[in-house]
Amino acid sequence: MNTVAVENSGSPLGEPVYQLSNVSKTYARNLVVALESVDLTLTKGSFTSVIGSSGCGKSTLLKIMAGLIPPSKGRVMLQGEPVKGTRRDIGMMFQQATLFPWKTAVENIVLPIEIRDGKAAATKALDKAHELLEIVGLKGFENVYPNELSGGMAQRASICRMLITEPAVLLLDEPFSALDELSRDMMNMELQRICREQDATAFLVTHSIQEAVILSDEIVVMKPRPGRVAEIVKVDLPRPRTLDMMTTPKFGEIVDYIRGLLDKGEGM
Amino acid sequence: MSDVQSGAPAPTQDAEDTVWVQEVSFIDSVPRWIAMSFVFFVFVGTWQMVTYFEMVSPIILPTPWETLLDMIFVGKNLLSGGYMLVSLWITIQEVILGFALAIFIGFSLGILVGETAFGEKAVMPYLVAIDTMPKVAFAPLFVAWLGFGIESKVALAAFIATFPIVVGTAAGLHAADENARMLFKTMGATRMQTLFKMKLPTGLPQIFTGLKIGAVGVMAGAITGEFLGGGKGFGELIRVAASQLNTPRVFSLILYLSLVGLVVYLLVMFAQRKIVFWHEERVGAHD
Repeated sequence: MNTVAVENSGSPLGEPVYQLSNVSKTYARNLVVALESVDLTLTKGSFTSVIGSSGCGKSTLLKIMAGLIPPSKGRVMLQGEPVKGTRRDIGMMFQQATLFPWKTAVENIVLPIEIRDGKAAATKALDKAHELLEIVGLKGFENVYPNELSGGMAQRASICRMLITEPAVLLLDEPFSALDELSRDMMNMELQRICREQDATAFLVTHSIQEAVILSDEIVVMKPRPGRVAEIVKVDLPRPRTLDMMTTPKFGEIVDYIRGLLDKGEGM
Repeated sequence: MSDVQSGAPAPTQDAEDTVWVQEVSFIDSVPRWIAMSFVFFVFVGTWQMVTYFEMVSPIILPTPWETLLDMIFVGKNLLSGGYMLVSLWITIQEVILGFALAIFIGFSLGILVGETAFGEKAVMPYLVAIDTMPKVAFAPLFVAWLGFGIESKVALAAFIATFPIVVGTAAGLHAADENARMLFKTMGATRMQTLFKMKLPTGLPQIFTGLKIGAVGVMAGAITGEFLGGGKGFGELIRVAASQLNTPRVFSLILYLSLVGLVVYLLVMFAQRKIVFWHEERVGAHD
């Protein structure tokens, strides 16, 4: 455990998990270039964020990475295998918790197993779901229905649902932006802890520079029209990150730098 | 001087709590049953007045008292298993069979229209066209095709009740949001899994709305069928009583009939409470 912590501090140099090279997406119908030659590598255990104004292609990028839509050009490789459609080694989380109200928390969490391997496998996975609920601090809420959970609790449960299949990469689409700022900061710290404990590789789409900086090893800054990568900014704040770091001059410098990059993009 | 002015307004020893009475509107403080009884008595009172002063001919409008006496008479006949009970049972059968048929057809068509692109493109326009027709006008056709027995009434009842169920089911299938669809895709769900494990359960509230509207329509269909197609049902009793200008009987028969309609509606609502349990507020959550 200790060695993992040491390796993770600073910029991790694990093996590449997710590799995109020269990925472009053009919507033929209206000749819009949503994404232009994106190169990106996610290494094992790293946390990468993508930030940019709307229309910069970050949702397109995320959908391509999730295998929901195909790229027009380029290579998309996860664990050495090309991504052609959705895969079980990809975990995804959305702005809304998207828990189903007719299932209890624990039933929601084993749903991905139920879909892929049937009811029997889902029943076997219940023990693991209980463990995950304990990790995210929802012990005792196993048999509670989602409409009895607060927004933050529901998102914790949806983290468990994402983790139950032990995905190689976590794709997070503004997961906490529907929460109030206090719960959001808290959930971000939780997310960091969970990612470290599970040695997970995470990819976060966000609108918040602060959130990107406090969580990430690398921040992909994107610009619109056509959607492309402006710069990949390394964040060399020590790990584990704490909320106190948000008041340090170094944090402020990185935030200012990224804001500068984004403002340049606005003028275009 | 300045000290005095800037000094915080220290709470004086005898400061009182700021307690004041918030006004509550009168109707908020009245229990529902009292409010409902009030309307009932105003209604019956007006009715009594109108008939007492003979503002309307007694042939057209019976007194509340006459109506009550007739209701007791009809009630006795029903409880003793008289000819009225036989008629009522015929109508109840029509309602049950008509509703079952409407649920089966409405649900199937709803899935066809709500789930398949073909159904949406090719079938839906025809359903909308038929739905805009006055469905009661089909009654003579059903009689011609199916005869004067209960079959023609079942057909008309089902015909009227089917459309709200189709619409409710189709709307329900479109109720799932983008995230839920994406989530199921990322989980690698098949079309059938997406339909049965996500879209249908998500759409249950809308489906039940369709069922409730259908439950009201099925009653209307059965009675209209009996008015227009004869037979031995409760509708026929009403028609005969009306032709004999026995208005108290008409009134009491309608009231008993509305009880049947109410029971059907309440059964659907009970099923909704049980099946769509997550739609109601759950009290006493974490036990």
